[in-house]
Amino acid sequence: MNLLLAAIALLMSGALMSLIAGRRQNLAYTFALTAISGAAFLIAGAVMPLLLHPQTLIASHNWLVPGGTFALSVDPLAAFFLLPIAILPPLAAIYAGAYLKDDGKSRNLAPHWALYALLMASLIMVVMAANVLLFIAAWEIMTISSFFLVSYDHQHSEVREAAWLYLLVAHFGLLLITAFFLLAGSHCGSLNFVDFAPLTQAGPTLTAILFLLALGGFGIKAGLFPFFVWLPAAHPVAPSHVSALMSGLVVNAGLYGVLRAMLLLPPLSALWGAIILTLGLLGALYGIAMAMLQKDVKRCLAYSTVENIGIIFMGIGLGVLATAQQLPVVAALAFAGALLHIWNHTLFKGLLFLGAGTLLHATGTRNLDQMGGLLKRMPQAGLLIIGGSVALAALPPLNGFASEWLIYLGLLHAGVAMSGVSALGISMVLVLFGIVGTLAVVTFTRLIGIALLGEARSPAAAKAHDATPAMLWPMRLLLLGCLLIGLLPQLTLHLLTPVLNQMTPTAVPELNATFAQSGQIGLWGMILCAALIIVALLLTALQRRRPTTPATTWGCGFPRPTARMAYTAESYSGIAHHHLLPQALQPKLSTKRPRSLFPATVQFFQHSQEALLQRCYQPLFSALAERCVRLRWLQQGKQHLYLLYIFICCAGLMLWNILADKGL
Amino acid sequence: MIELSNLILLLVVLINFYTLGTSRLVACIRAVAIQGGLLALLPLVAHGLSLHTLILAFWALLIKAILIPTLLTRTIREVRIHREIEPLVGFVPTLALGALVTSGAFIFANYLPLIAEHRGSLFIPTALATFFSGFLLLMTRRKAITQVVGYLILENGIFIFGILLSEAMPLMVEAGVLLDMLVGIFVMGIVINQISREFSTMNTGRLSALKE
Repeated sequence: MNLLLAAIALLMSGALMSLIAGRRQNLAYTFALTAISGAAFLIAGAVMPLLLHPQTLIASHNWLVPGGTFALSVDPLAAFFLLPIAILPPLAAIYAGAYLKDDGKSRNLAPHWALYALLMASLIMVVMAANVLLFIAAWEIMTISSFFLVSYDHQHSEVREAAWLYLLVAHFGLLLITAFFLLAGSHCGSLNFVDFAPLTQAGPTLTAILFLLALGGFGIKAGLFPFFVWLPAAHPVAPSHVSALMSGLVVNAGLYGVLRAMLLLPPLSALWGAIILTLGLLGALYGIAMAMLQKDVKRCLAYSTVENIGIIFMGIGLGVLATAQQLPVVAALAFAGALLHIWNHTLFKGLLFLGAGTLLHATGTRNLDQMGGLLKRMPQAGLLIIGGSVALAALPPLNGFASEWLIYLGLLHAGVAMSGVSALGISMVLVLFGIVGTLAVVTFTRLIGIALLGEARSPAAAKAHDATPAMLWPMRLLLLGCLLIGLLPQLTLHLLTPVLNQMTPTAVPELNATFAQSGQIGLWGMILCAALIIVALLLTALQRRRPTTPATTWGCGFPRPTARMAYTAESYSGIAHHHLLPQALQPKLSTKRPRSLFPATVQFFQHSQEALLQRCYQPLFSALAERCVRLRWLQQGKQHLYLLYIFICCAGLMLWNILADKGL
Repeated sequence: MIELSNLILLLVVLINFYTLGTSRLVACIRAVAIQGGLLALLPLVAHGLSLHTLILAFWALLIKAILIPTLLTRTIREVRIHREIEPLVGFVPTLALGALVTSGAFIFANYLPLIAEHRGSLFIPTALATFFSGFLLLMTRRKAITQVVGYLILENGIFIFGILLSEAMPLMVEAGVLLDMLVGIFVMGIVINQISREFSTMNTGRLSALKE
């Protein structure tokens, strides 16, 4: 516990020092980096023992805020979410030093580093807080510091709009979270999580209301299906290392909230499990379908975050369903899959956002159609991106496969164990989950193929340079993490045991069987790796024995392949989306076809829209705004009148309070 | 001791009326300075001598009675405003409203669910009356300076309330003193920006141009 507090103190002082260093860029960066990496070591040192020998640390200090105590608690669930915080931020900070080097010449980066350290500190605090006020304060610091980090390039209106959308949506979520905690607190008569025990005896209606509030509030942060609209807007415009943090950790904070709420509430019924499962599945389908359409690399990754969060929620939903129906094997598999996928997502999404950053850094654009042929020019970064994509598309032997495999197994077991309509439903889910996997492969072969292979599609791409070692090493380490989890999932699952124990206590005896099954994946993964290495060695040996001379492919008609002959990002996914997507999600096309017999200029534009935002939320809110225009007379622009409003409001509240006390 | 604190509190209420009724800004500021000085005595009188009350009294005296009034006087000198002309609500009606609000506060305080030792003391009604007088001043005057004065009086009301709690929740009271610093920054803002040297544009009414 003290190590964690020391980490927070270190981060805060690091933030302060880098602010003091101000314009001395290197000094500011050194302070921030030292604090961040020091804190990371402290967290790792504090958390690993907790995961190996499960126990709950509790500390409570006086806090001068009315109604608040500085209550902290680190149970296995918190430890589980703390570990990624020890891994991603220092790596992304090392990367960011090189990534922002050019910017540092023209602007002051000290506030950026300070906010970065602050974000990390608030992430730690959110996970540790065991008091409602402390939690909400940390949550708010997290939102605000990430808002400022996202609006790094605030001179562009696109960035400002995205940041505002994020802030707005995040605060709507905060509203729901506050409602959740206050309702829970008033039911238990205390604002400390320790005293929330009466909540486990809450009636079904109260449980339903509380869980809906929590799912909505935390789901907004996590990017749960109907609430994720801020993700595809905010992730692309943030600097890449910030996107990595947002997608890898801030989203996790939302997941933590949902899981924490589940622990505080009585065991949820099977219906809730089915609802979460459905929302997760819809999110996964929607996310990956939209990811497939995006021209913007980072927007594509942001939608892929929606997909992965969907998969995690599928695992959680299935786990809840199975726990309610007394299927411990399924529950163990589903929760293990979901939890492992949380870690995996942090690793590979961090890796890919950093990778997308190297592409952006090298070519100056996020548009896939202006990249091309980058594997030749930046082989190191290119290979790392391919590795990350393999993990993200859930292909063996990397980690994405291991966790999704567990969820698949859970679904299969559930399908066998259940009967009637529920079995049918589960098998539908299984099929749709398969489609998600396929689309993920399409999405990431497209990303690699269009960005890295072929010919350069723009002069900028032709002049691209490989990333510097400071940018490559963090990515290498992340890929190494992906590979290790992919090859040795049983060891990772061993770390998850205490958390699983918390989430579904009945499933504990089944855990060993789960591990044994995952061990097999690792084994097959190793065999696959070995096979790949052997084939590669054989091929090299063959090539050495019979050297080949490079020549133009058939000189006939195509002496010089140009980018115009290659598939574009749109055409690659065209086949899939024309046949698969419903009308509402189809991208907007504008074409200009030749009308006469003779060849003429042909144009074709494809623009994918955020259907949910544009078709649902924007009409809803503009309709609301129109209704509210009638209240416009309240806004007179006179300060005195506003003061009068405040006065009337305060006086009214006081009177009401008194009258309520008298029982009138 | 109770007589002394009651005397101070009554003086505070009288000063409220004075500020509501006067049009001279300098007098207004002086009145608020005196009120601040009186309030600085209150923690000592109410809770006896201790390190905490001494610190509280010292800061209150420094900020409420000396620092902010000095800043305000200097501002007045620089922008050359001496009178509040054409308030939104006239002086006599404001005074009447003030009397109404004060008596309302005294009646209202009887209905509050207080602990036994606070029942019947003048602290709560005075706090409420001061609070409402400050609000009244904020609502009825146009000049930014008078508004700052109104804000200060409102703040004083909260401070009186806070003194009752200074044992239980020291942070709240100290935060209240810090709020005064905010006023100080307000004043500095007026000085630095010098909304204008002109007489007419010191009206906060001009702020309505900020409406979309």
